[in-house]
Amino acid sequence: MRDGTWNPELPLPMTIREVRQETPAVRRFVLDGSLTAEPGQFIMVWLPGIDEKPFSLMNAQPVTLAVAEVGRFTRAMHQLSQGDRLWLRGPFGQGFTLEGRHLLLAAGGYGAAPLAFLARRARGEGRRVAVLVAARSRQHLLLVDEFRTLGCEVYTCTDDGSDSQPPRLAPQAVEELLTSLRPDALYACGPAGMLDALEALARQYHLPAQLSREAYMRCGIGVCGSCTCGDQLVCRDGPVFRIAG
Amino acid sequence: MAEQLSPDLRVNLCGVLLPNPLVLASGILGTTAELMERVAKNGAGAVTCKSCGPEPRAGHPNPTVLDWGPGLINAVGLANPGIDEAVEILRETRRRLQPLGVPLIASVFADSVKGFAEVTRRVCAVPPDLVELNISCPNVEAEFGRPFSLDPDAAAEVTRAARAVCDRPLLVKLSPNVTDVVAIGKAVVAAGADGLTAINTLGPGMVIDIESGWPILANRVGGVSGPAIRPIAVRIVYDLWAHLRVPIIGTGGVTCGRDVIEMIMAGATAVGIGSAVIQGGPAVFSRIAAEVRDYLASHGYASLNEIRGLAHARRHMEP
Ligand SMILES: Cc1cc2nc3c(=O)[nH]c(=O)nc-3n(C[C@H](O)[C@H](O)[C@H](O)COP(=O)(O)OP(=O)(O)OC[C@H]3O[C@@H](n4cnc5c(N)ncnc54)[C@H](O)[C@@H]3O)c2cc1C
Ligand SMILES: Cc1cc2nc3c(=O)[nH]c(=O)nc-3n(C[C@H](O)[C@H](O)[C@H](O)COP(=O)(O)O)c2cc1C
Ligand code: FES
Repeated sequence: MRDGTWNPELPLPMTIREVRQETPAVRRFVLDGSLTAEPGQFIMVWLPGIDEKPFSLMNAQPVTLAVAEVGRFTRAMHQLSQGDRLWLRGPFGQGFTLEGRHLLLAAGGYGAAPLAFLARRARGEGRRVAVLVAARSRQHLLLVDEFRTLGCEVYTCTDDGSDSQPPRLAPQAVEELLTSLRPDALYACGPAGMLDALEALARQYHLPAQLSREAYMRCGIGVCGSCTCGDQLVCRDGPVFRIAG
Repeated sequence: MAEQLSPDLRVNLCGVLLPNPLVLASGILGTTAELMERVAKNGAGAVTCKSCGPEPRAGHPNPTVLDWGPGLINAVGLANPGIDEAVEILRETRRRLQPLGVPLIASVFADSVKGFAEVTRRVCAVPPDLVELNISCPNVEAEFGRPFSLDPDAAAEVTRAARAVCDRPLLVKLSPNVTDVVAIGKAVVAAGADGLTAINTLGPGMVIDIESGWPILANRVGGVSGPAIRPIAVRIVYDLWAHLRVPIIGTGGVTCGRDVIEMIMAGATAVGIGSAVIQGGPAVFSRIAAEVRDYLASHGYASLNEIRGLAHARRHMEP
């Protein structure tokens, strides 16, 4: 809806070109279409007759998603295969902006998806990128090879130590990397608890941080008010929020 | 040239002073105290909360809101946390809005006359500055039956029941989906409404995805809003003002200062803004208020009172 002009933002069908099992819970979907989007932006994926839910872009050209199976909708997505269609609206929201020469990215769970898109951009501009990939256990570490291929230094941490490192939570591992690598900026996407802890760290270390947050979304376009985080709308003001440090 | 005084945007809505005529319409952003405070700080003259009902409701599955180009279509399905939590949210909202001088309008709905009375009684304890009865949501017909707004007697009965327990100015929100909206307006004003809000969404309508053949909204049909419905909203406000002369929040498709002026010339006292928030978020309010001020200043009007209902005075020459 734009001041009288004809600009519908209806769901756009795309066909699945490739499905890849990345971890026991996460599949990568590569679609046959492209969007103009910034890393950190998200789309609403519609499966007619089922539901419509938000997912971060892992890449925009071609549109690529990494989807964790957690409930009814994502189970239905995991049943799709090459040649099936899905519909999407977007991209929506504020993405990441690149700042600093040396970036530290911290990915918890499927938070690796938008950070892989960011890493691609940052490496394309010749910035130095270190990535911490965090998960419950080794088999759930997501997109480690992808980050390596993009030319990032990859670190891992697991809750149970199954990656043959001492068991620890992401914020602890991030703090170690902050002191050893001294990055210019921190970027993170993952569970709310991890992001809260990283926000506190960023303030403590006076480091600019950009955190991608989630909230329950309906419209995706800033009208329904279901995605609030304080007085902010995650779909429109976020999902990436910047802390000056 | 002598320096022009800045035009006065204040309006008196049923005895409540609004710093400007722009009212956040119900169902848009009115879910939390923080968000309503932000809308007020961004220049709204009053804010209406999302309609609250007796029980918590999850609403319809997604897609629930779509931008189809000339407007939006929605079937959110009155998702709301229920009256207990709504009262808490409204209390906190009131606390935050009071220092800003921005009135709070509590929108309520229910599926029965008794339910309307009960929810109205509960919200009046907050208290909000005004109460608005949403008797016109078109998106829950399957569950609730025909909206009360489609029948003058049913609309009057709900209004009477709410009036009996409501010590605040009472607005009733009308549906455009009737053949004689003036008859409904007359019935609710006779039953005790102090003012009217018009219109709720038009329809229901439907948008179909032609690749799959599926209606896109999960509810299949939904209420249409935005610029597509503005001429209908303006005509309804015009008709209501012609016959009733009660304060009206003219709502439907307003996206800029010109649209606000048009509504007021049709007879509106204040002007609701809903779908337009997708064009710039809460900041649309300050933008539109500035446009209204510019219009008044450039046309030499000192206040909105000088143009209210102006269209009614304009009559075509006798043949
Ligand atoms: C901006 C954003 C980006 C996201 N990016 C990704 C991604 O790249 N990959 C990925 O796998 N998942 C992503 N998600 C989460 C994804 O939207 C949910 O996992 C999905 O909606 C769950 O649907 P379901 O029916 O399978 O599960 P449900 O049974 O509905 O719920 C399972 C869990 O998902 C959460 N959830 C459900 N619906 C939503 C919703 N509309 N918005 C947010 N959370 C929800 C619930 O709180 C619950 O914890 C993202 C969410 C947001 C808000
Ligand atoms: C997403 C959405 C949700 C709405 N929810 C409500 C509601 O809960 N109660 C209500 O009285 N009106 C509701 N409405 C109707 C609006 O308040 C308004 O009357 C209508 O949208 C026309 O105004 P607009 O064109 O400025 O949006 C809703 C409208 C939209 C778009
Ligand atoms: S999802 Fe509707 S406002 Fe964000």
